[in-house]
Amino acid sequence: MNIAVLVKLVPDSTAVVKIGDDRRYISTADLNFVLNPYDEYAVEEGLKIKEKEGGDVTVVSFGDDTAQKALRTALAMGAGAAVHIKSSGGSDMLGTAKSIASVLKDRGFDLIVAGKVAIDDDCGAIGPMVAELMDIPHVTAVHTLSLVDGKLTAERDIEGGVEVFESTLPALITAEKGLNDPRYATLKGIMMSKKKKIEVVEAESFESKTEVIKMSYPPSRPPGKIVGEGVEAVPELVKLLKEEAKVL
Amino acid sequence: MNILTYIESRGGKVRPAGCEALSLARELADSSGGKSYGLLIGDNVESLAGDVKKFGIDKLILVENPELAGYSPEGYREAVLAAVAETGAEAVLLAASAMGRDLAPTLAARLDAGLLPDCVEAGYADGKLTVTRSVYAGRCMLELSATTMPVVISIRPKAFAIKERDESDLDIGKVNVDLGGKIRAKLLETKVEATGKIDVADADVIIAGGRGMKEADNFKLIEELAGILGGAIGASRAVVDTEWRPHSEQIGQTGKVVSPTLYIAAGISGAIQHMAGMRTSKVIVAINKDSEAPIFKSADYGIIGDAMEVLPALIEAVK
Repeated sequence: MNIAVLVKLVPDSTAVVKIGDDRRYISTADLNFVLNPYDEYAVEEGLKIKEKEGGDVTVVSFGDDTAQKALRTALAMGAGAAVHIKSSGGSDMLGTAKSIASVLKDRGFDLIVAGKVAIDDDCGAIGPMVAELMDIPHVTAVHTLSLVDGKLTAERDIEGGVEVFESTLPALITAEKGLNDPRYATLKGIMMSKKKKIEVVEAESFESKTEVIKMSYPPSRPPGKIVGEGVEAVPELVKLLKEEAKVL
Repeated sequence: MNILTYIESRGGKVRPAGCEALSLARELADSSGGKSYGLLIGDNVESLAGDVKKFGIDKLILVENPELAGYSPEGYREAVLAAVAETGAEAVLLAASAMGRDLAPTLAARLDAGLLPDCVEAGYADGKLTVTRSVYAGRCMLELSATTMPVVISIRPKAFAIKERDESDLDIGKVNVDLGGKIRAKLLETKVEATGKIDVADADVIIAGGRGMKEADNFKLIEELAGILGGAIGASRAVVDTEWRPHSEQIGQTGKVVSPTLYIAAGISGAIQHMAGMRTSKVIVAINKDSEAPIFKSADYGIIGDAMEVLPALIEAVK
């Protein structure tokens, strides 16, 4: 099984994000960047399948040189090869997906795994876009996956239920929390990963079809009130919810 | 700008998020001098036409096929593409639901269109479609515009109001699609959760519990309150990670983003990742024994106290 895993470096989820002077992007100074949490599930799933079925896992990341940190993390977890699609940025979702698809398309991957969403831009678009551009089927936000006889069965949550899909291979899936428990990189893994070479491919550039106008902080919620302490405050709370907020 | 709205339906019902999208479509069509086309997809959806009469649709397109009885990205993609070809729409609008989050990028790739996903505001002015969406888990808002047409826009459920208009006669057109061999990722089955249980994404009232609930069994208090208020049960990441509650109930950065009318957080401290998922709720009530808990900064009403004592009293009071 020849598996590709798409990974992205993102500010860690506890980061205090500040908007940059251009008012269009965040200021990246002083931020701690990590492998996108959903991509950890994707890498783990790739490794699990490789360990069961044989084959190899190639991790792929698009972006400037910092993308290599995401690749190193995935290599340390156990991926066998890494491809950095080098770009100075500026592409929108579809432009990025086109660059990635153009690099992946002739490499004969049986399965491509991506995270459900990157926790920075919260789009969740690259996975399905890459699948479409490569003309392969996809299932997104998968929390349960099995591979039998060259087909995959994947389960995903929808509002109030679970959808079960079956797909032919090659295919692309995106990983939801719950798919697995990502392994930690071992010291040996980290040492080994440093010896692995990252293949660098210059990204083909594609026209962006959307543009960023500005970034701002969300309006803060008006200060609320402490109704009181303990059970004594409950009658007052219920009264406020009924008469002031009118939600009961 | 002519807009085609995919009206999400499931189990023989139009979903509220579909009506929200139609309401926005009419506004965008009016401000851009275009038409609002509606689209229903399924094996037998003509019966749903009556449910969408009040949204000022210029024409309703039906794409019906036995293979479209359940969702599949490839099947629904073909249906939308056929409707786009039929109507000549420049913008495709849909809800950023579980289905829409999957379908919107699929469509954008095939239409070679810009994607404006999961928007919380949208407007058309000076010949430009501009939207706002949240990034970095709600810490920042990003304003974007489409520089070319076509464009695909998905909107966050509950972020836009349902606005009904006078009922009008619907102009209905049917479009056929040939799906022979096109659906490779097939839906085998949909497992529906126990009846009566409301999903957090659909709920107007959410009662969420965190580590302050002390143990999994104590969530029966939350279940009871949710039952009385007709609400859904939510959970913090901490209680999902300890397997007290399923991931389907998790609210926040690695869970669901919700905007109910009333959000009651019991024993939840309010980590930034949690706030990301519920800060757009209309009214937030926090119950926490730590008066310094960050949740109180965002809550409209707070009670400092042990959720295990406050919840039973609250249940009695609202019964």
